[in-house]
Amino acid sequence: MAMTREDIFTEVQEVLIDALGLDDDEVTSEATLMGDLGAESIDFLDIVFRLEKAFDIKIPREELFPAEALMSNPEYVSNGKLTETGLAELKDKMPHTDLKEFIADPDVNKIADLFTVDSIINFVEIKLNAA
Amino acid sequence: MRWIWIDKFLEFNSGVSAVSLKNVTLAEEHVHDHFPGFPMMPECLMIEAMAQTAGILVGEARKFQEKVILAKINKAAFHNYVCPGDTIILHANIESISPEAASTAGRIMRGDELIAEISLMFSHIDNNLAGMEFPEDNFVFTDMFNSLLTGFVDKNDTPEQTS
Repeated sequence: MAMTREDIFTEVQEVLIDALGLDDDEVTSEATLMGDLGAESIDFLDIVFRLEKAFDIKIPREELFPAEALMSNPEYVSNGKLTETGLAELKDKMPHTDLKEFIADPDVNKIADLFTVDSIINFVEIKLNAA
Repeated sequence: MRWIWIDKFLEFNSGVSAVSLKNVTLAEEHVHDHFPGFPMMPECLMIEAMAQTAGILVGEARKFQEKVILAKINKAAFHNYVCPGDTIILHANIESISPEAASTAGRIMRGDELIAEISLMFSHIDNNLAGMEFPEDNFVFTDMFNSLLTGFVDKNDTPEQTS
């Protein structure tokens, strides 16, 4: 039987608690991984490994957290903000993320805030449905 | 010089698991101060011994093409002391491995007794820290590590010699 969104949330919560050493109540769906939950770059790989195991899926690293590659490309970033091309690329690469607010002020420093618990749940949901 | 915290491998199952052994002795000077009157192997060095066991396992899995660096200690739980005269056996398994990183799970045993559980993450730094420059040669896997693997892996697959 297909997993409900709530099932996915519970499983993702478990993954984040283990990967980041958190308490249950810290992992809300709005929490940002870096700002609120204190994730560092190596933690993203840890999270990817754990999600792969928990849901039995394959996750290429750039798929879940694609922003790193974007930020080092001058075509996509200008003057500390994402360009039109960069935004289009981000939209294309992160269909699992709500970009509305970010588009209004595409400051690269805010990219970290796009990685929320909710975006991981969306990502997993899309992956599971495609499987 | 590298300080090696394992004496030899007992088993080496390429890309999957490794078992190593360490004899703890009073000849190791640091245990004289850790602690005076109660010498024991420091827990941080047990983590290092596991990092070497698991790190060599991870390095060998990619034929020592990657520079493998300990990036994160996911878990380190210790259940008893290890004292001079003890022999500890370190068991390491690869849980996941990708071009950028690997995660491992490990147990340290003394006979049948579980001494520690240590889970680690390693980064393949050339793939994972883009934009930073590292030396060309593989400074992680040196001659001493090489000798530990003698008899377990094909000679052609051991790390290139560095001076």
